[in-house]
Amino acid sequence: MKNIKILGPGCVRCRDTEMNVKKALEDLGIEANVSKITDYPQIMEYDIMSTPALVVDEVVKVSGRIPTVNEIKTFLS
Amino acid sequence: MFEWTQLFADWLIYGLIGLEEGTSLGNALNFFVYDVIKIMILLFLISMLMGIVNAWFPVERVRDFISSRKLYGMQYLFAAIFGAVTPFCSCSSVPLFIGFVKGGIPLGVTFAFLITSPLVNEVAVAIFLGMFGLKLTLIYVTTGILLGTLGGYVLEKLKLDHLLTDWVQTLQHNSSDPDGFDAGERTIWQRMPEISREATSILKAVGIYVVIGIGIGAAMHGYVPEGFFEPYIGPENVLAVPMAVILAVPLYANAAGIVPVIQVFVAKGVPIGTAIAFMMATIGLSIPEAALLKKVMSTKLILIFFGVVTVFIIISGLFFNLVL
Repeated sequence: MKNIKILGPGCVRCRDTEMNVKKALEDLGIEANVSKITDYPQIMEYDIMSTPALVVDEVVKVSGRIPTVNEIKTFLS
Repeated sequence: MFEWTQLFADWLIYGLIGLEEGTSLGNALNFFVYDVIKIMILLFLISMLMGIVNAWFPVERVRDFISSRKLYGMQYLFAAIFGAVTPFCSCSSVPLFIGFVKGGIPLGVTFAFLITSPLVNEVAVAIFLGMFGLKLTLIYVTTGILLGTLGGYVLEKLKLDHLLTDWVQTLQHNSSDPDGFDAGERTIWQRMPEISREATSILKAVGIYVVIGIGIGAAMHGYVPEGFFEPYIGPENVLAVPMAVILAVPLYANAAGIVPVIQVFVAKGVPIGTAIAFMMATIGLSIPEAALLKKVMSTKLILIFFGVVTVFIIISGLFFNLVL
């Protein structure tokens, strides 16, 4: 099972990212460990400079924008 | 470029709705329709432009540029310019701050970026351009960048590093030269869909404030008499600029909402310097931003930071009132 982390302090854009992740998982019909990281020291361990960011299995895939559902699907397959 | 917008507004208000030209209501509605359309278009274009600049030069690359080169004092100016062209989102100011500090960039240079980033942002520039025209917009943008440069320089000289929160100081001591940033292999054209999607989402997010701000502005245009404010906050009143700025700092308003109202103030007799200073203080410094920065700075540092920027905004306001 894949580990998905959504990094961001909890702004609207982070919620949109989360929604797209859920949609992508639903479309693909797979399950994953989805967690939201809102604590700054933890977020900054990934060496990103803008949020929201999407991390799949400890690799930063997207930062500073909301990934689309299709994009997330390619990250997961 | 916008003649057709005026024609459309005239047709809609005086033609289709049938209001009389020259009446308060007719004028106000005409202003409203014209300004909303014009500003929405400008907002979209400028958001697209900034999106393209940002795709070429993302913040990670900005950090590498500043931290890896000897810039002989110019790093403050560069950081301020980068702050102006980077799309601003308040939820990103902390990660940005940490990213800079971690990359070994001096605190003052980081502040230069942090000051201009909200002060000169795509929404403010688009609306300023729509309401005040090109010349004043250039003056406003230049001032914002100079203010960030000088503010950053002064804050660096004050040696405030010990006022950062502990975990940030630890990061600072372990700072490393960041790895060269890999922008990926996609071209600008391949990124266009996401850039335009971001621009559209900015438009959606601030659209309502544009409508409300212009609505209030249009109503005031029609009903507040010419020169109404002059006796109270005219050019002779030296205290007007500091007062306006100090009032504006805790006030938190979206640039989209505040600029159209300020434009009316100017039209009705408030000097432009006072108005620009008021706007800069409103969008550049705010309580929500202070609350976010609390994660990385002590209260004392936030107060010093806000204090220095406030003083510079007051000085630029007074300066504009003298020269414009």
